[in-house]
Amino acid sequence: MNSDGMNSANARIAYIAFNTFREAVRDRVLYNLVAFALLLSAAAILVGEISIDIERLVVVNLGLTTVSLFGVVIAIFIGIGLVSKEIEKRTLYTVLSRPVRRWEFVVGKFFGLTGTLVINTFFMALGVFLALLYVAHKFEKMDEWVLVALYFIVLQFLIVCALALFFSSFSTPLMAAVFTFALFVIGSLAGDLRGFARITPGFGGWLATAIAYLVPNFSALNVIGQVAHGDPVAGSIILYNTVYALLYSAMVISGAVLIFQRRNLK
Amino acid sequence: MTAIEILDLEKTYLVGFWRKRPKLALRPLRLTIEEGEVFGFLGPNGAGKTTTLKLLMGLVFPTAGTARILGMELDDPRVKSQIGFLPEQPYFYDHLSARELLNYYGQLSGIPAKGRSARVEQMLARVGLSDSAGMQLRKFSKGMLQRVGLAQAILHDPRLVFLDEPMSGLDPMGRREVRDLIQQLRSEGKTVFFSTHILSDAEALCDRVGVIHQGELRGVGAVAELTSETHGKVEIIFYAQAQRVPAGLTSLGAEARVSGDMVNAVLPEEQQDAALEVLRRERLKLISLTPVRRSLEEYYIQKLRPTETRTMETRKGVGV
Repeated sequence: MNSDGMNSANARIAYIAFNTFREAVRDRVLYNLVAFALLLSAAAILVGEISIDIERLVVVNLGLTTVSLFGVVIAIFIGIGLVSKEIEKRTLYTVLSRPVRRWEFVVGKFFGLTGTLVINTFFMALGVFLALLYVAHKFEKMDEWVLVALYFIVLQFLIVCALALFFSSFSTPLMAAVFTFALFVIGSLAGDLRGFARITPGFGGWLATAIAYLVPNFSALNVIGQVAHGDPVAGSIILYNTVYALLYSAMVISGAVLIFQRRNLK
Repeated sequence: MTAIEILDLEKTYLVGFWRKRPKLALRPLRLTIEEGEVFGFLGPNGAGKTTTLKLLMGLVFPTAGTARILGMELDDPRVKSQIGFLPEQPYFYDHLSARELLNYYGQLSGIPAKGRSARVEQMLARVGLSDSAGMQLRKFSKGMLQRVGLAQAILHDPRLVFLDEPMSGLDPMGRREVRDLIQQLRSEGKTVFFSTHILSDAEALCDRVGVIHQGELRGVGAVAELTSETHGKVEIIFYAQAQRVPAGLTSLGAEARVSGDMVNAVLPEEQQDAALEVLRRERLKLISLTPVRRSLEEYYIQKLRPTETRTMETRKGVGV
């Protein structure tokens, strides 16, 4: 492809991403979820108030878990509908009858959804920091690790978005939601699964190893407990997790493109 | 130049959850449409009209065969910038306004930023939506969505416009406006390929029509020729006396019915002079005498009948 063609492909991806973002932001359901998440952050303050001496630990733990869970719910909720809803409502027909390639559509949708989640995470994180400030009255040096935990949560969203889009490219919204959420739960236990694989002999061990390394390792991206205790996160872990999340998402999105490329839009 | 060249395009879907079985949606279709032509694709629901359009749009992939649009293969990226498409019962992004939607489609179609807004406003005005351009599409009626659909199909000034059931769901006024728009497109030299099951629209708009049924193209013909064919019968309308049909007419084989003070009689062409003689004799006042022409509806119905029936009728000399 010449550079001109690539430029226009990039432009089309950006237009699709922006439109996805705009549609998601205007969807009232999204506001409800964000409001609910902020409310839960406020609840963290309450719980923090009654937890003498461990207010910070409770606020960080509860706040970040809320951000993570609600982000995942939003990612699944919007992600599963991104392709299937467009097919069902036939909005896709008027997009793909233009000079838009199918891979551009999938990649644009992915970036649009990721962008939506980053903005949401920003507002929810703001809630967590306000709660933290309320209970501790000042920020401390160790609070910067909360930012790292939030960054890892965004990396989790990247993978969840990719998975939701992947399943949405060939199954119904309900099935896509079930598959994505199941993988999120299994992936959150990936660390335990790897441990189990190591101690299991024979075929069972081989199978457990295969599954443990195939499912997304969300447990490695969860450092909430660690940062709640004020423990630092090594730079090498940040780098490893970044590369892992980017590669894993790219792989899943490529799978989504391969399937969608061949799909008959009945 | 040939606008659309369909060469044995065929589509079979696999249906069923566990045991997939083939379901034929389109039998090998061969059809050529010239540039500047308005072509109507007629057929009942589920006949294969939408499948054909989806194949041409690259939304579904053919099981066999190929097609060329403006001389280019379907997967040629240049094709898409030359065509506009209105799907059946279009539905758009709920939370966008008509203006935002057209602007988005303009971006995707590669309309340069400079002049895009002006083009969007021009299209909104053309389909009569200037006043509601800022309203979110979820508040639009079905007819208004259809207008948005038409605007997006012609936004980038395509050479070829595909419209899937463009009149469906529209009130008489809306249908009239769509008809006017198609006529305008024709006068601009655009090729229009539209599917419909509303025959009066096809008769009024199309240069040629094709009839498709059960995935099979049953016939193609020029509307002017199809509707100029006579049945070998004439229709005579005259003022009646005492609301009765003269016995002389009945003996000539006329099928007559009295309506108010008029009689409408259809009889074989060769009996025309004898019938006029009867009217003169009976001192009845003639209103009109016209050859009975075949309507598009008759052609359509004939093409929809099972093949065996049509063959038998053709042997008997009925139909084309």
